[in-house]
Amino acid sequence: MTDLAFPGLINYWIVFLLMMIGLYIVIAHENLIKKIVGLNVFQVSVFVFYISMAKVKGGTAPILDGTIEVFSNPLPHVLILTAIVVGVATTALGLALVVRIQESYNTIEDNEIRDIEERED
Amino acid sequence: MNIEIITSDVLNVVTLLFMAVTGIAIARIRNLFAVVMLSGIYSLMGATLYVILDAVDVAFTEAAVGAGASTVLMIGTLALTSARENATGSSQAIKAAIVCTFVGIALVYASLDMPYFGDPSAPIHHHVAPRYLNDSMAEIGLPNVVTSVLASYRGYDTMGEAFVIFTAAAGVITLIGRGRREKSPSERKTDSQNIMKRKIVLRVVSKLLIPFILLFGLYVQWHGDFGPGGGFQAGVIFGAAFILYGLIYGLGTLRAALPSWVTRVILALGVLLYAGTGVVSMIKDARFLDYNVLASTPTGGQHVGILLVEFGVGMTVFAAIVTIFCAFAGRAAADVNTVSDQGGAGND
Repeated sequence: MTDLAFPGLINYWIVFLLMMIGLYIVIAHENLIKKIVGLNVFQVSVFVFYISMAKVKGGTAPILDGTIEVFSNPLPHVLILTAIVVGVATTALGLALVVRIQESYNTIEDNEIRDIEERED
Repeated sequence: MNIEIITSDVLNVVTLLFMAVTGIAIARIRNLFAVVMLSGIYSLMGATLYVILDAVDVAFTEAAVGAGASTVLMIGTLALTSARENATGSSQAIKAAIVCTFVGIALVYASLDMPYFGDPSAPIHHHVAPRYLNDSMAEIGLPNVVTSVLASYRGYDTMGEAFVIFTAAAGVITLIGRGRREKSPSERKTDSQNIMKRKIVLRVVSKLLIPFILLFGLYVQWHGDFGPGGGFQAGVIFGAAFILYGLIYGLGTLRAALPSWVTRVILALGVLLYAGTGVVSMIKDARFLDYNVLASTPTGGQHVGILLVEFGVGMTVFAAIVTIFCAFAGRAAADVNTVSDQGGAGND
């Protein structure tokens, strides 16, 4: 199947790179907003991974009209569509927690919060 | 090989590389305002990629939610915290880089077993997907297969998602729903007078845009059975119109037009409508969320059922987005003079 030689697996590998960038931001950065942005980067790359798997070469969007024969797989589309909206709802919850943390500790840097906690103990 | 397919594959890889560049920029830049803007761009490129990969419904949602709503919320959070990030220790960065490298190598190793991108013989395309593509026209009677699967075949799943959104909005209200200081009506009046004096272009343009955004939201809601769209997208677009109104005219004016009890009632009514549709089909001697019995013919019943649950989803998503925005803006209003000052930062 020479048709499939490009992009082959390259598509997935770039998606893994995106995932690792997101993971790196979550681990390496202390700022809580930056961590949430990192989670978003990771999240979008997982979505892209799913949608990439749903693609059928030469296919089209799964809206039936009688003249088209080949469609991409609609199931991952459904899963990711709902996941995106749930993602923003949970992001909002995370950001609300960040706002409350800022109000009680006056900082949103993870290491500074840990220092304050230790001093209190 | 077909030239169209090659073009779309090249576009696909190039867009992914752009996303990688944006991701690296997000990791390196310490001005959080720039980071939030870049994350919006990252989402928007994701949406472009979904169009290339045939997922039009998903692209729609990502553009409205990922690039629009979450950027507004993050800017709202920045207004309440600080827009500058401290430098991270280099030892931690190196540790994180090592972990990520190993995880990445493991993922690439695992991917060597995967079928190639776009392979029509991949197992994923031979499980339930053929049933959806071949039989949904006869069983559900809607051209948009994504809507059929979302609202009917996987109706339980979508109901769960609607409840998650409901719960998240309730959580945000609990955490930051009450502003620390309620404004008196006279203060609100001076606020809105101040706003009226500034930003003439924004005010005029937003007044022109808002009716069309609302109309488009309604179109997306009711046309989702036939083309890309549905409750999730429509809810966010409808909510975006009100958020725009709130950003330009201030939270007080938005709350005068749409009081908080109204959005809370809509939030609950949406999930109630969804679950209620399921209960009605149980009363009519069918299983929960089996729409076949809702009208005289099975496909007619499916039509009614899908319309109702999509409307329920739209209501919940709309109310959740507006409620969450108002919670953040209400917090900010207690800190700074007007909500619109921070909203303006988002628009400039």
